[in-house]
Amino acid sequence: MTEMSYLDGNMLDGPLRELFAVDLSAATGRCEACGTTGPMAGLHVYPHAPGLVARCPACQGVMLRLVRTPQRAWLDLRGATYLGIPLPPDQPYPRPL
Amino acid sequence: MSPGFQGRPRSAQPALPPGQYLTEDFPVLSAGPTPKVGPETWEFVVTTEAGAEYRWSWAEFTALPQDTPTVDIHCVTRWSKLGTTWQGVSLDVLLDGVDTGAAYALVHSYGGYSTNLPMADLRGGRAWVVHRYDGGDLPAEHGGPARLLVPHLYFWKSAKWVRGIRLGTTDEPGFWETAGYHDYGDPWREQRYAGD
Repeated sequence: MTEMSYLDGNMLDGPLRELFAVDLSAATGRCEACGTTGPMAGLHVYPHAPGLVARCPACQGVMLRLVRTPQRAWLDLRGATYLGIPLPPDQPYPRPL
Repeated sequence: MSPGFQGRPRSAQPALPPGQYLTEDFPVLSAGPTPKVGPETWEFVVTTEAGAEYRWSWAEFTALPQDTPTVDIHCVTRWSKLGTTWQGVSLDVLLDGVDTGAAYALVHSYGGYSTNLPMADLRGGRAWVVHRYDGGDLPAEHGGPARLLVPHLYFWKSAKWVRGIRLGTTDEPGFWETAGYHDYGDPWREQRYAGD
């Protein structure tokens, strides 16, 4: 039996860079299905499909789906309860009181 | 050429739906790991809008009257493959005796995949649950033990590793239909994406 190969989440860098100003490869995400938290780069990405499907490495739950049509991108993150995105220590909003 | 082969003559230029190219191999597309489900645990379930369930074990399913459709298939990723040969059970057989007035079906699979289509597209000799391809058992990477085959729609509607169908009075979009793909997916009208 042939097991479908997957790529690691680093391959999402290019497709997501088209959407986001920040680099999401260093972001952490929490799986909605099993609660596992880990780097986006550690997701299992199945690219041989009508869109990109990124799954939790622990439970294989779908955390992210990205479909790029000619006119728009469809990003579904319902399988991720959050993305934690590293930012510089600057905090413009809210300003310290 | 095998006896009884009903495909198009090789010399004829095949007509493809718009935007498609012809392929001779059979690309494997998958949105996740291949589910491991053997005939001993496999079952197929039709659930009606009233909650009634109709179940078939592997032995019961393979004992049903068999069809051997030869059909062209069209993937939304733009490849088409002509004259593919399958063996399986028509949805007309599986739905015969199922008490339902549902207009919509949500097909669900081992591994969590789903896809929706109107009931009318499952009937009339246009849809099957197939378990053999090209003279052999359906390989797991192509959806074995059994997959849906609805060749008049884009091939993402032909769910691999099919487990059952939920019948409903409202249209519930499936895995790709909730992520930008067309609700119906007619390749001849090039209904690839939502809004096409």
